[in-house]
Amino acid sequence: MWEYTDKVKEYFLNPKNVGVIEDADAIGDVGSISCGDALKLMLKIDKDNQEIVDAKFQTFGCGSAIASSSALTEMIIGKTVSEAEEITNQNIADFLGGLPKEKMHCSVMGQEALEAAIADYRGIDLKHIEEEEGPLICKCFGIHEKMIEKTVMENNLKSIEEVTNYTKAGGACQTCHPAIEDIIEKVWKVKGQEAHVKEEASRAKPTMTNLQKIALITETIEKEIRPMLAQDGGDIELLDIVGNEVAVALRGQCSSCVSAAYTMENVEEKLREMVYPDIVVRLQND
Amino acid sequence: MNTNVIYMDNNATTKVAEEVFEEMKPYLTDLYGNPSSMHTFGGQVGRKVDEARDRVANVLGAEYSTEIIFTSCGTESNSTAIFSALQAYPDRKEIITTRVEHPAILSLAPYLERQGIAVVELKVDSKGMLDLNEYSHFLNENTALVSIMMANNETGVIFPVEEMARMARERGVLFHTDAVQAVGKIPINMKDSAIDMLSLSGHKLHAPKGVGALYVRRGTKFRPFLRGGHQEKNRRAGTENVASIIALGKAVELAAGRLTEENTVVREIRDRLENGILERVPRAIVNGDRENRLPNTTNISFEYVEGEGILLLLNELNIAASSGSACTSGSLEPSHVLRAMGVPFTAAHGSIRFSLSCYNTMEEADYVIENLPLIIERLRAISPYWKDGQPIMEFEPTYG
Repeated sequence: MWEYTDKVKEYFLNPKNVGVIEDADAIGDVGSISCGDALKLMLKIDKDNQEIVDAKFQTFGCGSAIASSSALTEMIIGKTVSEAEEITNQNIADFLGGLPKEKMHCSVMGQEALEAAIADYRGIDLKHIEEEEGPLICKCFGIHEKMIEKTVMENNLKSIEEVTNYTKAGGACQTCHPAIEDIIEKVWKVKGQEAHVKEEASRAKPTMTNLQKIALITETIEKEIRPMLAQDGGDIELLDIVGNEVAVALRGQCSSCVSAAYTMENVEEKLREMVYPDIVVRLQND
Repeated sequence: MNTNVIYMDNNATTKVAEEVFEEMKPYLTDLYGNPSSMHTFGGQVGRKVDEARDRVANVLGAEYSTEIIFTSCGTESNSTAIFSALQAYPDRKEIITTRVEHPAILSLAPYLERQGIAVVELKVDSKGMLDLNEYSHFLNENTALVSIMMANNETGVIFPVEEMARMARERGVLFHTDAVQAVGKIPINMKDSAIDMLSLSGHKLHAPKGVGALYVRRGTKFRPFLRGGHQEKNRRAGTENVASIIALGKAVELAAGRLTEENTVVREIRDRLENGILERVPRAIVNGDRENRLPNTTNISFEYVEGEGILLLLNELNIAASSGSACTSGSLEPSHVLRAMGVPFTAAHGSIRFSLSCYNTMEEADYVIENLPLIIERLRAISPYWKDGQPIMEFEPTYG
């Protein structure tokens, strides 16, 4: 059972502006029946002041696709073409009081239809646009690189799952997952930020003083690492801390253990997670 | 709380029968002893658990009560059967199943493949039926287990598991069937059967959720899935879900008593519902073989509309059904069962399953027949693929 807002339900049960504009000035067709949703958006535009005076839609799709389509028509009637152009998929979702995350692609479909209709109105050759869509990434749902890039950029998406929720790309055979990952990384490089949430979370930590850092390292070793090693009859001793470098010695079973290097990796990982991502652990033999 | 509902989603779960609830009640309150205890207070509960075992064995036609192992659900029964066979025959590295199994079986495939087990998924035809020649071709001395559902949860299509089990036995291969949807709906008799293991689930036959059983024929090599205490003769550790086991015993007995009703009265309601819908709604197609089918299930595709919309509008009328549409599941692809059958996308997205029980009435069927055509009409009026009572030709799909 999806948790739809009352507004989504209302726009699904009593959709506004369903139908056809016979002499439409602009038409935007997006989606396909094989993908499970499709939207035909028709606009009547006042040539003098560029105002959208009427908008109608036809949608094949789930409840939230129908609601998103209807909401879109409500949002653009009365706006000029360039005002309408500013509308993002998030605006559509917000208008409806939010959509379940798995259903965000319904709002994206609305925004795409609007874009297609405006291109149609301006006489921009859709085939030409298709050439600029970049390579086809998701073969199952026919999603191109530019589309994914744009959605990642506008909605600050960080994972494949989010991309799937918003664009459907990667939702079926999953073979395009590595390509989607590359796109996410590329976009975030442009944004000048790292894509990894984990690192984002630790960004707040460099404000620690040296004293705080030493205390936290000591505490992590005492409470987290020693009990872990003790299970295998081993132990660890903290020898020194210089900057981000932590010098330790292994004791007990660990000192002669063949997998000492592996143990050190675990220790480093734990300290990076708990204290500071740049920590380096050095094994010091007595 | 909304209890005013026309419930036609019985392949998802069922109402706990009044008689079943009465039977289990004392074991949720006064009779709370542990069946394993030495004292009379617990022992009397143990006897009741064994009585439930006798009842299940009796209904399945099992020769020995000890062939019944109680579990927590159909999924656990299925996993137990599969992992038991693989551990019992470690040299055998193949499993045969079908493309239309429940996820309880199918989702194990990637995991098993990583362990070096090849999983053969038999294909189905457009009616959802298997090709036994293909099956025979894949059976070999490296097959650890065949696991084939007795009846499909989405379409109700019944597979010839008895014949397939005999073929497996001739080749010296273990045979398991997921009979979760079949028990209580079609006759089952393990006495003259070649089936080695059979899974069933309580909540599909008017017992509560959280209890199931696995039939394991005496002499079948078995390895437990859950290890720990000595419960279920060391074959399934964990303190028994006493009240639910007792409920399951009562429920299978009730189901056995209602088997004729299920195949006459319930079948009539289903047929009336199905025919009524097909007569009134253009471009509606029944998915699955109408001959070899459970008496309570119908799966109908309404072309050019999307299933979630249908369900939401049915829901407005307090009618509960389910859909094979992508949008209702959270996945983006329509039902794997319908896709395996080659149902075209135009139809797969708009499939609705009605699954009935003995608690449904003709009046309820008539109410659905009356209202569903309006719902489909309403959604088709919104669809860009539909105009003036028929699909727009350029969007006409090709059937594969």
